[in-house]
Amino acid sequence: MEARMNTKPEAYTPQPGDFEFLSNRDITTDKNYSSLSYWKGVAIHFFQDRKAVIGLIIIVAIILLSVFGPMINEYGYRDIVSFRNANNRKVVAKGIGPRIPALHEMLTGAPYDDDFADRTFLFGTDDLGRDLWTRTWYGARVSLIIAFVTIFIDMLIGMSYGLISGYFGGPVDQIMQRFVEIANSVPRLVIVSVLAIFMAKGMGLVIVALLLTEWIGMSKIARAEMLKTKEQEYVLASRTLGARNGHIIFSQILPNTIGPIITQVMFSIPTAIFTEAFLSFVGVGIALPQCSVGTLIEDGFNNITTLPYQILPPIIVLALLMLGFNFIGDGLREALAPKLEDM
Amino acid sequence: MGKYILKRIGTALLTLLIITFLLFLLVRIMPGNPFPSERMSDDMIANKRAEMGLDDPILTQFANYMRKLLFHGDFGNGTSLYYGVPINTVLSTCISNSFRIGGLAILIGTLLGLALGITAALHRGKFLDGFCTVLSIIGVCVPSYVFLIFLQYYFSFRIPFFPYFFDQKRFLFSSVIPSLSLSLFTLSTIARFTRNEMVEVMDSDYVRLAEAKGLYGGSLIRRHVFRNALIPIVTVLAPLIVDLLTGALVVEKIYGINGIGKLMVDAITGEGIDYNYVLALGILYSALYIGIMLLLDILYGILDPRIRVQGKAGDA
Repeated sequence: MEARMNTKPEAYTPQPGDFEFLSNRDITTDKNYSSLSYWKGVAIHFFQDRKAVIGLIIIVAIILLSVFGPMINEYGYRDIVSFRNANNRKVVAKGIGPRIPALHEMLTGAPYDDDFADRTFLFGTDDLGRDLWTRTWYGARVSLIIAFVTIFIDMLIGMSYGLISGYFGGPVDQIMQRFVEIANSVPRLVIVSVLAIFMAKGMGLVIVALLLTEWIGMSKIARAEMLKTKEQEYVLASRTLGARNGHIIFSQILPNTIGPIITQVMFSIPTAIFTEAFLSFVGVGIALPQCSVGTLIEDGFNNITTLPYQILPPIIVLALLMLGFNFIGDGLREALAPKLEDM
Repeated sequence: MGKYILKRIGTALLTLLIITFLLFLLVRIMPGNPFPSERMSDDMIANKRAEMGLDDPILTQFANYMRKLLFHGDFGNGTSLYYGVPINTVLSTCISNSFRIGGLAILIGTLLGLALGITAALHRGKFLDGFCTVLSIIGVCVPSYVFLIFLQYYFSFRIPFFPYFFDQKRFLFSSVIPSLSLSLFTLSTIARFTRNEMVEVMDSDYVRLAEAKGLYGGSLIRRHVFRNALIPIVTVLAPLIVDLLTGALVVEKIYGINGIGKLMVDAITGEGIDYNYVLALGILYSALYIGIMLLLDILYGILDPRIRVQGKAGDA
């Protein structure tokens, strides 16, 4: 020490050219075995799963079509397609089967010989003369909006309920879980039938019915996750540092339990769409002239003996939605908790 | 085990009582009244109300209702003109219809599903396996009433072989289409689940051990694989059976089956059905739901010895 102190006067003074700035890419420590962030790992697993990617493509395609599909032709979802023909008489395009004039001419060598010869109806028109392409995608839009909105609110309710119940434990948990048990024992239909007496038919009824039933599954998942997480060291550390309960639950534990909850959301969305379709089919859901997948299936069913093609588009859209969300849910579940043999 | 079962039964009964009370309360505080007020004078309505006990305190009314229900199995009368007959007479026909068709569907679905699932698991990666996967995806993605619409369209309308609507006189013949369409969801779920469980069990260490000890073929599958794969299958069966009651709704409505599902749809849509029916149906559905859950819980306990020891943790 003494010696070094003595050498101080002769110490080297740094020159401007001695140092250079590190560029960003020199900072990374290990390039070959770099550790991935949690969500990056999940994304990689997810995109390796062929089924999950197919599901994602299906859902993205349906969402895009439900947003832009109605725009590609000039018919509105509630417009009856009608115009004046060559004899200046008003004709309505009632019950026209799916048709693409160019394709028809190519296959048969002759154009259609009716009043709508130059019109394209990709899915045909219904018994009133409304374009089914527009209605199908408009209906898909309504169904998707209902499903997303209700499931999002359900997620907030169920998640908070489950997290709080699991975090505090003891008597709070007991009381909250007894309530869940009772709420879970009421069949969904009983809730709907009682609601139907109190509320007017329409979108509101569907949303409230879904809000009342779908949060339970989420709360169970959230509670189970909370019970797994709350004994971990970082929670204890946070508490030792004086964090409030609300902060620990929602800022510390929530981000670490969100994965399984999102998976549950993916499985709840098809349930919501199914329930909406069922209620609309029965006639207490979406009211005319609006339409959803459910009312479209009902319309198709009512006309099945005369216009059998009408029921196909909404059913296919419904099935694809179910398929897509289930595939995504499966993929997410595997990606969030990969089994040892998959790694 | 006995203690566990007793506790489960106790909880179930208590839950059912609470639900019944809530339903009763809701139905009684509903807006409107059961009488066609433009046709009756105020005195007549007051008399009728007193006769039906609607002026009593709500708890007295509930006690009376429960006494009638528990000791005589009587749901009381409907109050409206059209449905003003004893609810029991209406319900008994409906229940028998629904249960026979639902039971048939469960039977078809479970047996075929198990058969398909086992075959798929034994021929893993071959054609049958792929077929099972595709079928289970279709069955889960398409609602049962859509199958019904298709079957009805092709086999009753285009090829008029089966009756277009349900016919009480030709029960078995006319319940083919609704039972088949109802069973598809059960079939596909059971098939997929059985296949996955079987595959998992077949890859497990204890089956490998059994194979190493020289077991093979039928007895290995029956005694070691199937028995262990069966346990989780029972858990999916519970919601499926309950779903069959719910799934039957639209199917019954479309096919014109006089069942509880159709009554329930009428109750939901409010087509000429009265509040007492909503109450009776609500209680019936809840009782069925809770009862089936309870039954399968106990069955699960019998099948899986681990639960007998631990009891069930929490609400899982």
